[in-house]
Amino acid sequence: MMATNPILEIENLSLATSAGKSLVTNVNFSLGKGESLGLVGESGSGKSLTLRSILGLLPRGVEQVGGAIRSDVRSAMIFQDPRGALDPLCPVVRQLAEVVYYRQNVSRKASRTIALELLEMLGLPDSLKQKDRYPSQLSGGQCQRIVIAMALACKPGILLCDEPTTALDVTVQKQIIDTITRLQQELGFAMVFVTHNLAIASTMCSTLCVMKEGQIVERGESLSLLQNPQHSYTQMLIHSVLPLPELERGAGV
Amino acid sequence: MNTTLLDLQQENQGVLKRILNTPSLLVGSIMFLLLIGVAVFAPFITPFEPSEQNLYAILQPPSSEHWLGTDQLGRDLFTRLIYAARTDLKIMVLAEIIPFCTGIFLGMLAGYYGKWVDTVISLVTDTFIAFPFYLIVIIVAFASGAGQKGIYITFILVGWIVFARVTRGLSASFRKQEWVASAQTMGIPGVKIILRHLLPNVLPQAVVVLMTDMVGLLVAIVTLGYLGIGIAPPTPDWGTMISDGQSFITTAWWLSAVPGIAVVYTGIALSLVGDGLADLWRRK
Amino acid sequence: MIKSNSLFKKIADNDSPRRWLVLALIRAAAVITCVVAAVFFLIRIVPGDPAKMILGEHSTPEAIQALHHSLGLDLPLWEQFTRFVQNLFTHGDTGASIAWGTSTRELIAERAPVTLLLIVMASVLAILVALVLATLAATNKDRLLDHLIRIFPTITLGMPVFWVGLLLILFFSVRLGWFPVGGVGEGVAGTLYSLTLPAITVAFSQIPTLVRSLRAQMLEVLESDFVVTLKAAGIPNRVILTKHVLRNSALPTLMLLGVNISYLIGGTLVVEQVFGIKGIGSLLFSAISKRDFPVIQGIALYCAISVVIISLLIEISSWLLDPRTKGKQ
Repeated sequence: MMATNPILEIENLSLATSAGKSLVTNVNFSLGKGESLGLVGESGSGKSLTLRSILGLLPRGVEQVGGAIRSDVRSAMIFQDPRGALDPLCPVVRQLAEVVYYRQNVSRKASRTIALELLEMLGLPDSLKQKDRYPSQLSGGQCQRIVIAMALACKPGILLCDEPTTALDVTVQKQIIDTITRLQQELGFAMVFVTHNLAIASTMCSTLCVMKEGQIVERGESLSLLQNPQHSYTQMLIHSVLPLPELERGAGV
Repeated sequence: MNTTLLDLQQENQGVLKRILNTPSLLVGSIMFLLLIGVAVFAPFITPFEPSEQNLYAILQPPSSEHWLGTDQLGRDLFTRLIYAARTDLKIMVLAEIIPFCTGIFLGMLAGYYGKWVDTVISLVTDTFIAFPFYLIVIIVAFASGAGQKGIYITFILVGWIVFARVTRGLSASFRKQEWVASAQTMGIPGVKIILRHLLPNVLPQAVVVLMTDMVGLLVAIVTLGYLGIGIAPPTPDWGTMISDGQSFITTAWWLSAVPGIAVVYTGIALSLVGDGLADLWRRK
Repeated sequence: MIKSNSLFKKIADNDSPRRWLVLALIRAAAVITCVVAAVFFLIRIVPGDPAKMILGEHSTPEAIQALHHSLGLDLPLWEQFTRFVQNLFTHGDTGASIAWGTSTRELIAERAPVTLLLIVMASVLAILVALVLATLAATNKDRLLDHLIRIFPTITLGMPVFWVGLLLILFFSVRLGWFPVGGVGEGVAGTLYSLTLPAITVAFSQIPTLVRSLRAQMLEVLESDFVVTLKAAGIPNRVILTKHVLRNSALPTLMLLGVNISYLIGGTLVVEQVFGIKGIGSLLFSAISKRDFPVIQGIALYCAISVVIISLLIEISSWLLDPRTKGKQ
């Protein structure tokens, strides 16, 4: 499915280790303005690597061996482990202001003002404005909001989300999902959402791609894919993560 | 259940192949074997005796007769160098045997049994570690009388610490594995678990440490020799050779430089072997 | 033999800091107690009679008896130990020197400053060089520069520190004439100048271990998620390296120094001998040649206790400096 006027196009992307072991093979997808696409699959299926290659920041020892990534907008990323995604020795507001300073080319003072505005937008406590804190002094959910604020400070056209709720408590997961959805409506960025949770993926995204062993095995519009999965792997995913009674057709598959 | 000859052959080829694929191990082993060869066959390599003096030919620069020149008593430097390898390498290997065994044994006890056994052994190792290594080596070597006996006593006393610490950490994490607990509940005696299962687990790491530790020990032997509380003259030793040459450093610098190079060479060989073995076992 | 681990367990994430501190203090006290006992028993467990060693093989039994009495060796072991501990607490030393007659504490205090200065100079030098080399290696991982820097520890592992000192003297003092051959100069500038070559020698023995651990540490930081976040957010590499990576590597460097302090002191004692510096090291060797047991014991005791206290202080300060422990009580 090719979006009209795509802002991101990935064609036959292949990634491999320096030693030649194939990690991602012939991945294709494209994304239009304001659209959201979900990449689902088990851990190690190459979802996160695909995201990192869009950012152009592949981990050491992984190389792009084929295909092309075309994008004419900025992308920013939010990560699975929010605490690990922040420098533990740098107070959070200063970290946020630093990103604003380098990305938006404003003065140090203005960068701080913008950072404080972002805090408000993300619903972080006002006490942070008076007294800066280290990541270790904030909760996981608050850290994730800071990471999202840092991503938004880049004014991205595409927000790449790498399992942003997996490391959080269940109650906080919902809040973060709501926040991301709200921000998407307000700011209109497109989104690539990586998760192994089909429920979250289907509420966040209109389109889903199922990945297995570095390949997209099935893709489609979220609801129809869930209701009528074609590939056996997709069926297996649905059975394992959505143990809803009406989906458990056929005794004990 | 019978292992065929073919299987064994393939397995052996695998080992050989892995060794050939680890260049540091290969180069290090060759360097070390060469050194051992020279030390063992020293009498056939040189026509001189290590303590053979020739007062008509003192402090001579390297020549075709004396490959590395002669020292202040007219002794052939090359001859002394390879005879010193005999002394120093022999002591290096022998002095490591007892500390290696006791260190592994105590480390396994501390790590496997934990509790008060661990507390006591750790307190002893911590106490030893508080003393600067060279300080304790110098004092013990001096107090137990200079010479080879002193060196052996010193390393029996202080050499086991490194092995105990490495083995203790490995044993403690080994103990936390579930099947160890289940083996214990099934009534398998601790001694059996330690010897059958724990020992093979800690041995590779301990051998890697042994390689670098031997270098440290050699340097310590040489340092004691240099300070005059190690191997006593006239037995050739790299340390005393460096110390003797120090007085002539302005005129015959090679007298001190060459024995040092021999120590560095041994160090490179052994640490390559150590790195190679670590590599080999990590990949396995 | 060279690489020793830290005396104190690093504070874990789930530890209560207060409990950790109390445990660390108890541990330090226990180790110091054992150190005192070890120093006391040092001359008793090794074979041979110290009195005989002091007086020589051909001494008369009467002379040995007399010396036993003056050293207190004729008393029961337990009483000897109480005396030793008592003396330690009241005078802070291990008895009067046999050779010099003065108290060991005074002798050590007189020699300590130059040794301390040498240790500080060597540490600063070692850390600076190691930081630069480790940064270069880590940022160029698996490239030529990294390989070259990584060969360095392999080559230097077997270099006796005194031999390195001799080579430096040969090259910089004898050939080039840049530095004095030995001894300590006059005044502040003269002292620093004359200690440069010894400090380089001691630092040289420390750098390989430091580089090896620091490189691993920096690689871990460089590959951590937050560096990816900062890169993704478009912060220049130079800023990430200086502001974030180096700062995150600073704490482990401090810890590493604490771990190596014991080896650093030992190396310094030997290097003093090579350069003819009148510090603790040369005091030790004079005491050894004069068979002056109280002085030898005193040096061992002071060195070991300093090592324990420095390790403890470094551990506590790195705990105070780490914001990760601040949120907890």
